[in-house]
Amino acid sequence: MQQDDPCIKWVEEPKLGTAGMMYLPMFIQGLTTTFRHMKKSLSGGAVTVSYPEEEPQIDNPLIYRGVHRLNKDDQGRVKCVACFLCATACPAHCIDIVGVESSWDDREKYPESFSIDELRCIYCGMCEEACPVDAIELTSLYNLTGRSREEMIFDKEKLLSVFDATHEAEPMKSKELGGTV
Amino acid sequence: MFLETILKFEVPIKIGVMLGGVMTAAAYFVLLERRMAAWIQDRVGPNRVGIPLTKIRLFGLGQPLADGLKFIMKEEFTPSHVDKQMFRLAPIVILTAALAVFAVIPFGSVIPSLVDGEPIELVVAPGIDVGLIYIFALSSIAVYGVILGGWASNNKYSFLGGLRSSAQLIAYELPLGLGILGVVAATGSLNLQQIIQHQANSGLWFAFAQPLGFVVFVTAAFAESARLPFDLPECEQELIGGYHTEYSGMKLLLFLIAEFLHLVTAAFLIVMLFLGGWHFWLITGSDNDIGWFTALIRVTVLCVKIFFVVAFFMLVRWSWPRFRFDQLMSLAWKVMLPLGIFNFMAVAFIDQIGRLFIVPLFSDEAFGEIAASWMMVVPSALVFVAALFVVAKMHPHVADNRPHRSFSPGIDSQL
Repeated sequence: MQQDDPCIKWVEEPKLGTAGMMYLPMFIQGLTTTFRHMKKSLSGGAVTVSYPEEEPQIDNPLIYRGVHRLNKDDQGRVKCVACFLCATACPAHCIDIVGVESSWDDREKYPESFSIDELRCIYCGMCEEACPVDAIELTSLYNLTGRSREEMIFDKEKLLSVFDATHEAEPMKSKELGGTV
Repeated sequence: MFLETILKFEVPIKIGVMLGGVMTAAAYFVLLERRMAAWIQDRVGPNRVGIPLTKIRLFGLGQPLADGLKFIMKEEFTPSHVDKQMFRLAPIVILTAALAVFAVIPFGSVIPSLVDGEPIELVVAPGIDVGLIYIFALSSIAVYGVILGGWASNNKYSFLGGLRSSAQLIAYELPLGLGILGVVAATGSLNLQQIIQHQANSGLWFAFAQPLGFVVFVTAAFAESARLPFDLPECEQELIGGYHTEYSGMKLLLFLIAEFLHLVTAAFLIVMLFLGGWHFWLITGSDNDIGWFTALIRVTVLCVKIFFVVAFFMLVRWSWPRFRFDQLMSLAWKVMLPLGIFNFMAVAFIDQIGRLFIVPLFSDEAFGEIAASWMMVVPSALVFVAALFVVAKMHPHVADNRPHRSFSPGIDSQL
């Protein structure tokens, strides 16, 4: 390593001024900063919330990645066409789809069963990005709990019921974001 | 009859009040520390635990109880590689030394006599004329607890913590001593009650009379109680807790309590030596012939002052990053020690000037001395600013040995 190597960038630390060398002025400056934060928290400005009593504010549900839902189309049918793109994209392998031939004429297949292991899922949102028909979406439900592992494997009915529960508050993302469907 | 029985047990009662009060205070200071940390970091902090078995929360005031219970219920594990006897001895040494200090620390002024004419002094061992020396001797023993713990743990991180602690505490004991030297010289006594009495009589706290000594003492007190920015003996990030890494359960609790007791001791000393102890202008008076009401007010004033000093310690903890060890040492030896010596000389000089030129101007000598000490506030402040300025200009704490562009070419072979 040569000293005049052009790849080396020599950084000079900024020199301390008189106030910095005297310690105390800078010390008082630091104290005022911490004091300001303390005053802010004491007057109700803390950024954390007391969770069960107080619900956290989700700033933008469009980009929040919570529990999944399976969207329905206008006729109340499941939108999914069982193309397996989400299951392929899933890095945690938590999506399990059984596709069968559909009787509807606008698509060839539909999922007979569609289950997501919510415990295995890492909530990365890849499935949502992979889906060509915007059938699977992540909602802003964050407080997902259950009493057993089996209960946390969401089947098609459960995922569709999540849509029923949330579609009023959160319309389909595709519409808001200018999606494909 | 009843009062006489009480008087017979005066010392045990005082010990009970002092130990109970100090231990409870330490427990609640832990809670205060956690909550202040939370507030400063824009969080809420522990506010759930209230009265056990109910849903009453009381702003988390039950937390110390829960913390204590947790420590008692925890498994106390002794690793097989430790020196067993020393390992057990260390927390006992450190806690005993930390508690014994409170024997000479007054927790108020006096209360009116119960039976005969003598008012009762609110200190476990009243009239010890070497009180300050006693405190310093015992806080040095507390260092042995730390070193013992680090060494007996037979673990390199603990050992490093113990070594750092010994170096640091020895280094900062000098400025600590020099800081109080000015106070002792001005008062002419090592007795803490008389030092407070002196400040109460003149109405001038030593923090104003000797600001330089005050700053040196407070800085050294931070280092002595191993608080940030001087908590190198136990820095979590580098030493995983330092000397108490291998400890668990009750033994760890003893270490932590002792640490907080050091903090409380430091706060007591700062308040009593430099912030007037129980004295506050207009509301406490200064003579010892007082009623219950004034006695109570004095105890309250003392407690409030200690609370604010402890809160200041905690505020500083989140304001400043930790010193590097060489910076710590250079601050102690190159800045604090000369400042301490300079402070002592300045105090002696200013005191003599006052005695020679200002006291003779007044007919009443006692009043003249008080007037002289008040008049010397301005020169003391000037001395303080000048000393800081000189330190800033000489920047003795710069010891930068990292590679620079301007280094000699010989460094190439090393890089």
